[in-house]
Amino acid sequence: MHAIPDPPAPAPQPVAQRRSGENVGDRVFRSSTIVLAAVNPLILGMLALLLFIDGWPALQKEGLSFLATTTWDPVFTEFGTAHFIFGTIVTSLIALVLGAPIAVGAALFLAEYAPDWLREPVSYIIEMLAVIPSIIYGLWGFFVLAPFMRATVEPFLREYIGPLPVIGALFSGPAVGKDMLTAGVILAIMILPTITSIAREIIKAVPDQQREGMVALGATKWEMITGAVLPYARAGIVGGVMLGLGRALGETMAVTMVIGNSSAQITPSLFNPGYTMASAIANQFREADSDIYFSAIVAVAVVLLFVTAIVNGLARLLIWKMARGPVGLRI
Amino acid sequence: MATQATTVAPKLFTRQSIRGQQRSRQLVDKLMTGLITTCAALAVAMLLFILVYVIIRGAPALNFAFFTERPLPMGEVGGGVAPAIIGTLLIMGAAALMGVPVGIGTAIYLAEYGRGRFATIVRFVIDLIAGVPSIVVGVFVWALLVRQVIGHFSGFAGSVALAIIMIPIVTRTVEEVLRLVPDMYREASLALGVPQWKTIIAIVLPTAKSGVITGVVLSMARAGGETAPLLLTALGNQFFSFDLFQPMAALPVQIYNYAVSPYDDWHTKAWGAALILIMVVGLLSFITRQVTRGRGLGGR
Repeated sequence: MHAIPDPPAPAPQPVAQRRSGENVGDRVFRSSTIVLAAVNPLILGMLALLLFIDGWPALQKEGLSFLATTTWDPVFTEFGTAHFIFGTIVTSLIALVLGAPIAVGAALFLAEYAPDWLREPVSYIIEMLAVIPSIIYGLWGFFVLAPFMRATVEPFLREYIGPLPVIGALFSGPAVGKDMLTAGVILAIMILPTITSIAREIIKAVPDQQREGMVALGATKWEMITGAVLPYARAGIVGGVMLGLGRALGETMAVTMVIGNSSAQITPSLFNPGYTMASAIANQFREADSDIYFSAIVAVAVVLLFVTAIVNGLARLLIWKMARGPVGLRI
Repeated sequence: MATQATTVAPKLFTRQSIRGQQRSRQLVDKLMTGLITTCAALAVAMLLFILVYVIIRGAPALNFAFFTERPLPMGEVGGGVAPAIIGTLLIMGAAALMGVPVGIGTAIYLAEYGRGRFATIVRFVIDLIAGVPSIVVGVFVWALLVRQVIGHFSGFAGSVALAIIMIPIVTRTVEEVLRLVPDMYREASLALGVPQWKTIIAIVLPTAKSGVITGVVLSMARAGGETAPLLLTALGNQFFSFDLFQPMAALPVQIYNYAVSPYDDWHTKAWGAALILIMVVGLLSFITRQVTRGRGLGGR
């Protein structure tokens, strides 16, 4: 996903606007591209409508408790998804806390620090992280990261941070390995390239006068970055981080393989196995034998769609504001 | 963030205070340089670690049978992932047949005609579709095709899901390369009395040819690694199947099924299949990158 700041969309070819003299071929060709372009709104409309219709019975039956309760019991047709939503939010937040600073740091390295010969290869390698299919992250997490977390990282955290008053609660309980923390770590790696590539482009777009002004005042490089570059690029970077968040919220396979998929109740400990909305769908769709069960699974997808649409919309708004072009950034 | 820079000047300027301050400022600067370099190094190390691990674990699984035979039942050692390779190719082919024309058509519309409210809506919708989690696309196709129209899992349903995922990728890449074609080309052609549609087909598209191909290949590389939507639609199959309207195996789904199984041999096969997948996907993106870099247009 190349993040290239769009030029403020050049008005396409004024020469081509002689509509009156349009011949038959032009009319046919033009209309067919319009028809093909219209397929997109059609798909999106169908997707949203159909999911909503299919999910409606469950939403109607459960009402607000669909979002607020934690009992997911297909046998007694009780569908509360609060713990799925909780899992989604917690894993995505872990991913942001761990991933975003490193991603922005890597972007700063690429835009401000790296010598020319290093810039290309490093940014290529970081883009490769985005190319690796999520199932491979899942496989790696399943066989490498989860055992490592269980044997090394989690006992360490429990021993040293566990006794602390408030944060300690996050790191309590037995180290399972396949839990929310591991899912968050995998997600942090997966959203890193998304954030880095956008942040890099945004930082590059900061005018050099900003930097020069700061340096002329005798600022060190770091002072220049905190004083001139980051304030200027803040909105865009936040937008990039939110796009990363959008990716984390919807990520399925990698999370499914490391989160443990147990519908334990909501507890503060990150060492608890859990579910995210996406992993719940992936784990349960095969068992959907009754209509209401089916409807409930679709309803989870509706909630997920809704949340990601809001996050992505906000992200794009921020990036557009930064890029000040009608098309904004291409991700 | 901005406050740090403005608080640099101390209240009282003595030679000592300035020098001390300068030293600490420089120390912070050095520290942050190190920290930022570490961030980049960490990201690079992560990728190398994952890649090397997949290669080391996956290489032992690769042999002739792995590419030509079907998976054996539980407990039996041997067999291969040939049905999954064929399945992925068939599903991808069908997905490309559906998704690429829509993507290229939309891109032509946006780059050559796109103005006014409809174009804005289409751009916005493309952004929205790109942001829909792939599992949600999977649920949509599952609810529509698998549960209602077709009635069972099928490779075709998988293709539809992948096509939806491909469309925004194709559209964005192709629109971008079409915009790179200089207007002079269009003007010269139109000035000769060539109608606009012929100009687009005979001048604009050939000029942007390699960029268009890049967009298509890139979208296939992305979609080919998708697992969640295929799990919900194509389901997987242990046997050779060429029928798109039956459940069909696919490489990513096969990796998942092997990985969560309790057999060591299957785990090795999961790594082997992952190695194939990563090589194909990596190679495709490497080629597209080489083609797009430097000469954004390629062609003539």
